[in-house]
Amino acid sequence: MVNENLVKDAVKEPYKYGFVTDIETEKIEKGLNEDIIKLISQKKEEPKFLLDFRLKAFKKWQKMKEPDWAALGYKKIDYQDIIYYSAPKQKEKISSLDEVDPKLLETFDKLGIPLTEQKKLTNVAVDAVFDSVSIATTFREELAEHGVIFCSISEAVKNHADLIEKYLGTVVPASDNYFAALNSAVFSDGSFVYIPKGVTCPMDLSSYFRINSGDSGQFERTLIIAEESSSVSYLEGCTAPMFDTNTLHAAVVELIALDDASIKYSTVQNWYAGDEEGIGGIFNFVTKRGKCLGKRSKISWSQVETGSAITWKYPSCLLLGEESVGEFYSVALTNNLQQADTGTKMIHIGPKTKSTIVSKGISAGNSKNSYRGLVKMGTKATGSRNYSQCDSMLIGDQASANTFPYIKSQQANSEIEHEASTCRISEDQLFYLQSRGIEFEEAVSMMVSGFCRDVFNQLPMEFAAEADKLLALKLEGSVG
Amino acid sequence: MQSKMKESDPILEVENLSASTDNLPILKGVSLTVYPGEIHAIMGRNGCGKSTLSKIIAGHPSYNITNGDIKFLGENINSLEPEERSQSGIFLGFQYPIEIPGVSNLEFLRVSTNARRKFLNKEELDTFDFEELVKEKLEIVKMDHAFLTRSVNQGFSGGEKKRNEILQMALLEPKIAILDETDSGLDIDALRIVASGIKKISNAQTGIILITHYQRLLDEIKPNYVHVMSDGQIIKTGESDLALELEEKGYEWTDNFIKET
Repeated sequence: MVNENLVKDAVKEPYKYGFVTDIETEKIEKGLNEDIIKLISQKKEEPKFLLDFRLKAFKKWQKMKEPDWAALGYKKIDYQDIIYYSAPKQKEKISSLDEVDPKLLETFDKLGIPLTEQKKLTNVAVDAVFDSVSIATTFREELAEHGVIFCSISEAVKNHADLIEKYLGTVVPASDNYFAALNSAVFSDGSFVYIPKGVTCPMDLSSYFRINSGDSGQFERTLIIAEESSSVSYLEGCTAPMFDTNTLHAAVVELIALDDASIKYSTVQNWYAGDEEGIGGIFNFVTKRGKCLGKRSKISWSQVETGSAITWKYPSCLLLGEESVGEFYSVALTNNLQQADTGTKMIHIGPKTKSTIVSKGISAGNSKNSYRGLVKMGTKATGSRNYSQCDSMLIGDQASANTFPYIKSQQANSEIEHEASTCRISEDQLFYLQSRGIEFEEAVSMMVSGFCRDVFNQLPMEFAAEADKLLALKLEGSVG
Repeated sequence: MQSKMKESDPILEVENLSASTDNLPILKGVSLTVYPGEIHAIMGRNGCGKSTLSKIIAGHPSYNITNGDIKFLGENINSLEPEERSQSGIFLGFQYPIEIPGVSNLEFLRVSTNARRKFLNKEELDTFDFEELVKEKLEIVKMDHAFLTRSVNQGFSGGEKKRNEILQMALLEPKIAILDETDSGLDIDALRIVASGIKKISNAQTGIILITHYQRLLDEIKPNYVHVMSDGQIIKTGESDLALELEEKGYEWTDNFIKET
């Protein structure tokens, strides 16, 4: 047993992103029906095809049932008790950052994402999304010089309607699942990325999602298209204030990689997780999928999931193109009463496709952490290969970890390898480190980051350091 | 027991120490005093409490002190955390060094060394300065640089693990080192390396407690005192020739002492 008293005595680090920005917002009434969807579409001045897309999705959603197969338990969500559109009140048209409400800029400053010209991050372009709308996107001109389009999806709908119409919903169709259908009906904003043929995006692109309002859901939609022989690295961060109610977050992310293109998508998810008693926190139901459409294309997901009361998320790859590559590197940490059911799907359709899955689940407190993954080899996936490694680490004796690997092979000439392990931080290991002068908390965090190293190595530099710190913070004072 | 006059203050004083784990008494009144420059050997059968004594001095949380005191440099340390004991200069060389997957040996050694240096008000070392220091110390235990890039003790042979312990001792420069069966599982060459390492690290200011079953380590490092433990007590203390006698006559011989006491 890990020494209980030591643990309880340790100082608790509060969730430092839990503040609320006091800003006048424009909200529509609660509830979901066709009129609400029309209203959202109208507010965003959308073309007809998109309204049709939404209404069709809504019809499908009404016929669908909320999935219950995940190893999660939560109170039924009342979908009529949610506000589906909430935006900070701003001037009609904003032509420069100077016109953005300073309170919003301040909010992102506080989150460590400065947006103003003087302070903006030098090596990353940022799209900042606040509740239902995108506030600002930095480095747009610089990126435009390379032909890279990086803007909010609402803007893309206006300025690049052809690309939206061509690709939206082609990777995650509205009928894909309950939450994807809901998102397709009501999505408000999100990011759009287009990398033209032969271009290596000159800097990392990043979206920062901030939920501010307590009673509205967030339904963002991200679409990334990498044309032939292009490449991009995209980062996503998320935080939310502390409310004692649960907020629904149902996002859809679609990635498309054409011949020889590569997309690296990294997430550090730190939505508010609820308190120790499990009051409040974000319900995070997300559908993320990438389509390796082209030959030798590559999509790599890496995620560090530390927040949310509930996480339901399976970033996946459809490997269509010959010799295309899918990767999934994940660290999911749960503490207190958090629940996570996360993993990936690697669908091998084309020949000689390859996929790698490395999943590290860490459960502390009374939390529940499940890996759920599917590896499927289709009839044409000759000479394809998958390697999966799923490791769980338990901290304390109240936490639980599950691994649910599903393997379906319709192709004899393919290889699937699966390794799994479970370990517990032992008192002997802690004592060994402590007896070398290393403090208890640091000893735990050393072992946890050691356990996650294979995944951290895949993250972009700044993200890896952040992830390491985040994990240490999350575990501080709660190891028991 | 140690009647002759000492010029300096003791490093470690264990006074009538009793301890238990899960309400099972393991130590039943152990007293032991170590002065600077002294080497003590503790011998005894398996289960006599020698390893427990070493763990309690290092602060293992599984044991409760039910009576008595442990003093280090005159201060009672009964309630100090293991890391505080280490930082202040107590070193325990483990009988079975623990494997810690994923944690690089180099980083572990650096963090550990810096924790001790911080306590001593010495400048903490960055990666480059630490590399220099560790290179020098690797010589002492004749270890290859490659050990540093591996995970702590993972996949190390028995001998490599023990040498890694002595490397840690060399880096931490403790006031007192308690070496729990550091000689077990070593071939004769490795034993010589380890023994010469210990001798190089220790000096007139440090104290050493060797816990061992065998004379062969004591041939290399001659102790000032030999203590025989049985059933949670020190039943006999003598000079280095006691170990030889013990080797010759076996532990059965010591059973008589228990009857005497």
